[in-house]
Amino acid sequence: MSVGNQVTSDHQLARLLQIGIVLEEVVEARAYHHYQSLAEEDRHLDAELEELLEHAAEESAEHREQLEGLIAGLDAESIPFEDIETLVEAKYGQTKPEDFDGILYDQLCNEETAYKFYDDLIDGIEASDAEFSIDREQLLVALRTIREEEADGVEAVTKIMETRE
Amino acid sequence: MNTADQYVKAIYLLQQMEDGPASTGALADMLDVSPASANEMIGKLEDRGLAEHEKYKGVTLSDDGIVRARDAIQTYCIIERFLANVLDVEEFRAEARELESVIDETVAERLDTIIDRNAECPDCFDPETDACEYLEVEHEKPAD
Repeated sequence: MSVGNQVTSDHQLARLLQIGIVLEEVVEARAYHHYQSLAEEDRHLDAELEELLEHAAEESAEHREQLEGLIAGLDAESIPFEDIETLVEAKYGQTKPEDFDGILYDQLCNEETAYKFYDDLIDGIEASDAEFSIDREQLLVALRTIREEEADGVEAVTKIMETRE
Repeated sequence: MNTADQYVKAIYLLQQMEDGPASTGALADMLDVSPASANEMIGKLEDRGLAEHEKYKGVTLSDDGIVRARDAIQTYCIIERFLANVLDVEEFRAEARELESVIDETVAERLDTIIDRNAECPDCFDPETDACEYLEVEHEKPAD
């Protein structure tokens, strides 16, 4: 067991980035399914929600690509993304929210969780003096940018929730 | 999971294994820290009402400490299951131990949406093998 939040090796970093990819996959799939679950007529009525979910799915796909790019520079084995995609799809039905409020709340959880994940990851890298196979500064800049986008996501969902109260 | 949660989880598991208070030495070994560090953290846990320390006997969790420990074990179980069943990681125990300090419970909750965890969790966590007794691992040899 390692006490204290530190990222100390290429392998550990790669694993954490892979977890980030799965989280993004979950966010993307849930946002897409939430959108699909809106009835056709509701989609027109709720352009704001539609835009939010569409943006969330697109942004997660971009983040996933960025994380994949970072992992490519590390010495790590690949993970079976297709299986993960299938798994996320299969499990969605068991945990999907039931209404608009539920969708918004779930989206808020998605964004907050992603933010917390990147925040902890950045702290863990900053707290360690380990050398990675990829440039440390470049890594931190990339992760901070993603974290910033997640913070914007939290703000966007919160704003919509506030106007609907 | 923060450091305090790692400690209460370790104390909980040691209490189960030892069927009594967790000794400071065993706790330090389990967490791979010095006995001095373990003692310092035990003091902090006592201040927060999470544990009680009795000289020459060891540490016992309070009711609040037990609640925290059980939550921490669930988070840990999610990380192990996720590594073993989703990412197909052979050394999932060692990796879970490395990752638990960096993975927050909110993150684990999201990962929980794609794994199958037993309803009994965390009672099915076996401290001896450091994994859930229902965890099915295809490629793993039996635990030592």
